[in-house]
This record gives sequence, structure tokens and C-alpha cells, in this order.
Amino acid sequence: MEIIMIILSGILISVAVYLMLSKSLLRIIIGTAVISHAVNLLIITSGKLKTGQAPIYDKHIQKYVDPLPQALILTAIVISFAVTALILVVAYRSYKELGTDNITTYKGVPEDE
Amino acid sequence: MNNLIVFPIILPAITAIILIFIGKNALLKRMVAFIGTLITFLICMLLMFKVHQNGPIHLELGNWPVPYAISLMSDGLSILLVTTSSLITLLIIFYSYQSIGIDRERYYYYASVMFMLTGINGAFTTGDIFNLFVFFEVFLMSSYVLMIIGGTKIQLQESTKYILINVTSSAFFVLAIGMLYAVVGSLQMADISQKIKDVDPTIVSIIAILFILVFATKAGMFPLYFWLPSAYYAPPMPILAFFGALLTKVGVYAIMRTYSLFFSTSNEITFNILLMLSIFTIIFGCIGALAYYDMKKIIIYNITIAVGVILLGAILLTKDGTIGAVYYLIHDMIIKASLFMLIGIIIKITNQTDMRNISGLIKTYPLLGWTYFIAALSLAGIPPLSGFYGKMFIVKSLFNTQHIFSAIVVLISSLVVLISVIRIFLYVFFRESHSDYPKVPIHKMLIASVLMTLTAVLFGLFAGDLYPFIESAAKSLYQPDYYIHHAGVK
Repeated sequence: MEIIMIILSGILISVAVYLMLSKSLLRIIIGTAVISHAVNLLIITSGKLKTGQAPIYDKHIQKYVDPLPQALILTAIVISFAVTALILVVAYRSYKELGTDNITTYKGVPEDE
Repeated sequence: MNNLIVFPIILPAITAIILIFIGKNALLKRMVAFIGTLITFLICMLLMFKVHQNGPIHLELGNWPVPYAISLMSDGLSILLVTTSSLITLLIIFYSYQSIGIDRERYYYYASVMFMLTGINGAFTTGDIFNLFVFFEVFLMSSYVLMIIGGTKIQLQESTKYILINVTSSAFFVLAIGMLYAVVGSLQMADISQKIKDVDPTIVSIIAILFILVFATKAGMFPLYFWLPSAYYAPPMPILAFFGALLTKVGVYAIMRTYSLFFSTSNEITFNILLMLSIFTIIFGCIGALAYYDMKKIIIYNITIAVGVILLGAILLTKDGTIGAVYYLIHDMIIKASLFMLIGIIIKITNQTDMRNISGLIKTYPLLGWTYFIAALSLAGIPPLSGFYGKMFIVKSLFNTQHIFSAIVVLISSLVVLISVIRIFLYVFFRESHSDYPKVPIHKMLIASVLMTLTAVLFGLFAGDLYPFIESAAKSLYQPDYYIHHAGVK
């Protein structure tokens, strides 16, 4: 089971890298969203995917899944959500101010000479 | 009484929340931000003496036993860094009164600064690896806001790139933590460093390389410093001073901490990678510092040089090397803040960043000129000033461990640093003047930068008296057992 999850996150990361290397800013942002999914999947996998009950206490249950990675990805999800919201707004504002979506035309710093 | 160590983290946070709610009165915001930081700084001083007297302070949040709680750990190194960053924030807030502009002040500038201080102090204090990630995100998020506040074209372009770089490296940080958790099964740093000894060293070195990748991006090391010069060029001067003084140093601190706790015992690979990267960081920083006539760019490339020098000292894990690294880290935070502040004043007076277009400033602004001169000498490491001791210890320990080439690179880099900053001094202050510069109101900016430079000078003059503090700070780097013991791990 872990093997499948690892392959899946590998595919997601390669998709994300491909998207982040493109020119359009929106594709890059989609890439960052995909990479955070891939990473969260890997964290869930890192807690070992043994079969067990959801970690909600009940006295009849003998075996639970590891609750710690779930808490970790909950934190990571809200953080990446906030950053994605910010970067989408920045992209919108950049589009309005600069009139372009192509990141190769972003030449912010003036050259010497 | 151990609860005292949360105050450097929560006081800026509380101040920031107050600042969000007090509306658009710029004067009131200035007062609140300044007083909040002042109280934080005083508590940091108190904590520093407590740590110095009684040894590291350790606090388990929520009173859970050790590996299960999020723990905060204030050893000599972290309390020294927390105190320095609070002092720098205090002076830059005072500097901002005259330089940041009323519009930015109204739109949550001070609140973002206080949240950034929260994140930085938290990252220095935490004893938990995932908590370190969260505090990294806290200050990175505030730094995104600070980088974009005002919304000029250059800021929009550069902050897009900056955010993308940091989102990617944060994703890899989470990945690295996930892998570490999978093999070790713990998140508390002291606990990890005990348990990691039983893990297969091959996996440990893979994780180590992942951590180096992440923190080198944050710290601006070769070959991952490519985002730094252009991103730091965009924001206004006081924000640039914050970034240059504090942000990269958190990455450096994280490398020092993780390397000494987790990866020092694993094998030679990590050491060799860090050694090569540090040397290349210094070399490429030197090339950048000599290549430009733009004052901002010169000082920005000096940041990368300093990062390389600090890490060269820290990764040796000898007593002298780590002491030198801590000296140089503190010195560099202070002096980079002061140089950026002084450059900011020059830019405010002349509206130019290219030093070839400015000349003869010493006639109208002698105090500014001589302060800059002292700051420049201090940066290069002229003996009575602050940069000397750190480099002396680092070079000494490099020679003692037979890294002759690295030691020579460090020595030559000081020369390059001196040339690059003195060139600014000669161009801007000492050439024949063709134009008269108007007297602009800069007294608050000047007071802040003179105080900052004075701190650097005093740090150099009283380096001998500060030695016990620095030594106890370096102790948890060259003796990780000291840290682990005080973190309450059996």
C-alpha cells in the first residue's frame, strides 16, 4: 500500500515540477498546489498505512492508525491554503498592474550599466 | 518561572494583534509597536542573564512529558539570537518612522513586522522540528506581506518569484520532516538526535541532504541563492534591513542546529557537501559584491558571503569554530542591519542607488559618512571592531583542522568585502561634488543607524567580556549532549 502511495506522490511531484517550470503564472500556482498535495500524501504515508481504526477513542477498539501525521498534514494544509490564497491575489494584482501573465517578462530589477 | 521563555514569542504576537485593531492612526501604531518591541527586548535581556546563570531553560507546553509535548528550549545560542533580533527590530522600527512612508504604515506594516518577529523568535526558541516549520511559515508569510506592501511594479514582480521559491522549499521541508518521522518516529529535536543513532546512516544522509537543500534555500547558499539578490532588491529600505539582518540568519541557525543535533554523527558526506557549498557561497558572493556599482546589490551580496563564512565555522563542530560562528553570526546580524540603514539614508538623500551618480556627501553629512566608514571597517573585520573575533576563531579552527584552502578563502573574502564597501565610501562621500544635495529630514533614521553601528562597535570592544555568553552559546553546538541533557531526554 505504501508503495502505491509513494508512486502516486512521485507522479504528483513530477506533474508539479513540470507545471512550475512553465511560463504562465497560473500554471505555476497550480503546480504549487499540486506539490503541497504530493507532500501531504507522503506525510500520511510516513505514518505507515497499517489497517486500524480512525484515532477516535473507543474502549472496544484495539488498534488505531498513527494520529500524529494527521495532525501534521492538517497544519500543513491550512498553511498551504493561506499561501495559495495570498499568491493568487498577488497574481491577480500583478495581472492588473503589469498586464501580463508571462513570468519571463518579469524583469523587476534594473540592470547595471 | 520557566514560562518566561514564551514571552519573546507571544509578546510580539499580542502587539501585532493590538496593532491590527487600532485602526489607521499611524502615530499610535508607532508607539504601540515600539513599546511592544522594547518590552520584548527587556525580557530577552532578563532571560539571557537567567540562562547564563542557571543553564538552558526548557519548557514543555501543556505539561506533557518530554517527547510528546511541543517543547521550547532556550539555550545560550537561541537566547542570544532572540535578543539580537529583538534589538534589531526595535531600532529598525524607530528607523521606519521617517523612511517607510505614511501609507505603508497605515496598512499593517507594523503588524507584519511584529508577526515576523514572532516567527523569528519562535524559530530560534523551538525544540520541535515540525514547530520549527510552523514558525518558519509564520515569518515567511509576514515577509511575503512585507515584500509586497505598497504594491509597486518591481515589488509585485519580485515578490511573486520570492513566494514561489519559498513555497517550493517549504514543501520540501514538510517532505523532509515526513521522511525523518518515518525513520525515527519522533519530532522533538533532542529526542530525534538520540534515536537517529540507531538508524541506517544511508537514509540519514539522504534526509540530511534534503534538510540542507531546504535550509540552504532559506539561507541563500550557493547554488540556491539565485532568488536572493533580486528579491531583496525590491522592498523599501527598512524592510530590506529586516530581511538582510534576520531572515537568512534563521536558515543559518536551522542548518547549525539540525547539523549539530542530527547529522554530525552520521558520516562525512554531509560535512563535505556543506564545506563545498560554503566555499562556493563565499566565492560567488565575492564576485557579486565586486561586480556591481549599485549600493543595495553590493550589500546584498555581502549577505551571502557572511552566510558562507558562518557555516564554514559552524560545520567543523570544534570548540573554536563554533565560537567563531556564533560571534560572527551575531556580528553579522547587527552590522548588516546598520549598513542597510546607512545605505537607506544615502538613497533617501540622493534618490540614487548607483554610487557613480553620487559624490561629495561628506561635506553636508559628515556624521553619516564617518558612521558608514566605521560600519564598513567593522564589516571587514578590522581588529578592535566586531567582525574580527568571529573570523579570527573561524580561521584559527580551519587551520587547526587542516582546511588550509578554506581558511585562505575566508581571509581573501574579507579583503573583497573591504574593497566592496570602501568603494561605496570613496565614491559616495569623497569624490569632488558636482551637485548640492538638499537637507532632508533624516534625524530619526540617523539616530537609529548610529545606535546600530554603536552596538556593533561595543560588541567588538567588549568581545572579551561577552566571551562567556558566546562560549555557552557555542556549547550546545560542539557538545550536542549538553543540549540533549538539558532538553530533558533520558
